[in-house]
Amino acid sequence: MKKPRLLWLQAITCNGNTHSFLNHPDLFSILSHFEIVNHPTLDGMHTFKEVIEGNVPCDVLILEGSFIEKGFLKGGVEVSRIIETYAKKASYIISAGTCATFGGIFKQKDPTNISGFCFDLEEKTTRYGMYASKLISLPGCPIHPKWLSYVLLMLANGKKIPIDSLHRPVELYGYTVHNGCTKNEYFEWKIDSENYGLKEGCLFYEQGCQGPYTRGSCNKILWNDISSKTRAGTPCFGCTEPTFPQTSLFQTKTNMGIPAKMPLGISRRAYISLVAVTKSFKIKRFSERLMEYDK
Amino acid sequence: MKIAEKKAIKRESIIQTALKLFSKNGFHRTTIPDIAAKLQMSVGNLYNYFSSKDILAQEIIKYTSEALGEKIRVVNMSEASAEDKIHQIVDIYFTMAKDKPEMIEYFLRVYLSNREVFNDGCEGMVCVSGFITEIMIFFDDSVRSGELRNQDFFSAFGLFMGYLGGMVFLKGENVLPKDIELYIDDISLNIYNALKA
Repeated sequence: MKKPRLLWLQAITCNGNTHSFLNHPDLFSILSHFEIVNHPTLDGMHTFKEVIEGNVPCDVLILEGSFIEKGFLKGGVEVSRIIETYAKKASYIISAGTCATFGGIFKQKDPTNISGFCFDLEEKTTRYGMYASKLISLPGCPIHPKWLSYVLLMLANGKKIPIDSLHRPVELYGYTVHNGCTKNEYFEWKIDSENYGLKEGCLFYEQGCQGPYTRGSCNKILWNDISSKTRAGTPCFGCTEPTFPQTSLFQTKTNMGIPAKMPLGISRRAYISLVAVTKSFKIKRFSERLMEYDK
Repeated sequence: MKIAEKKAIKRESIIQTALKLFSKNGFHRTTIPDIAAKLQMSVGNLYNYFSSKDILAQEIIKYTSEALGEKIRVVNMSEASAEDKIHQIVDIYFTMAKDKPEMIEYFLRVYLSNREVFNDGCEGMVCVSGFITEIMIFFDDSVRSGELRNQDFFSAFGLFMGYLGGMVFLKGENVLPKDIELYIDDISLNIYNALKA
């Protein structure tokens, strides 16, 4: 059987997703299921010059970086034109990262003209209608290498990937980042973390953690197979969300002490009722350090 | 009428009667036989509904908190301004203190004065969450709309409810020279002025 031909194209990007994917422990095993047409950092069958000329084959197109119609050129050609050429040829388009998916960080430079390829924040772009049937969204800043390998191996094996309304694989984005966080007991009992970098306490109340309303599997599929931001005591920045980036990432916005944004799908009245009850209990175990540390 | 419905009605009548007796005579000076006698039911049957006087006292505070919370919830659901909502909440509180004084008196003279009865089962805000939740929602809405100043919850809560509780306490002591309803306008304005953005 012929291997699917994989093309990785970059628009306005920091290369973060390219670099992240290079950290995959089974990188070459995964790529062995594909014929690499061209890739920003790995050897491919064709030069980028040939890619620009528009004549190389493409079954799976990976897009990295924010999209702009005019003014961003490579080899004297509008990148938007290169992308559209291969988007038409491809059977699958994977938007890798929040920039390619929703606009992300680079959208901040020119919010009117820069967007994701098929979405501008949560809104569909004019291209959506043409490419929706083959689109898979993988937001994240950057994406976890195993999110991409999940999609690639599913495609290589001819499996259908269940997706949500923003075309995100449900297996990866059906969860919140909160799910699986080792600080969950502290969230349940509404106990703040006293500082960053601690194992104890929850970062949702003071330190700006967006895990309870951010879709992603950072605490299901661990980073470097070891940890996650929240497990290490750093707030989730909500980097997979269409609204990323936001400001004041290390501070929870509150209204008279009540978090301004509720955990995903939880009504404010339900959440506040729970807070009033759980905050009433003092649980000794949660007021203590998990272990003593060397000074 | 189904048995379950009859039982629910009986249960509520026990709560209402006990509420009045506890508020009037105090928690310790009111006995289960007193409550049963007032209801013309046997002491044994009353225990079928509430297994102890402490449990009954805890259920009463939940009942009063829910009743007050439901009224404030209606205010929260309305489109009124924060200033107007404060007026409505003060009105609800003082009207209740006038028409059903036992509801507020119970909170002040039983719940707050006999903490040992509530320590096991009504820790912190557990049994008053119906009321607290609505106050929190009122604050949250009013800060979101830019009408009230963002601050620590308890500094705002203490100012609001401490003030109202204090006034009802003075009323209970027969110290207020005027009917408590006549204070609604001034007190609402004072609270708004203290909390506004």
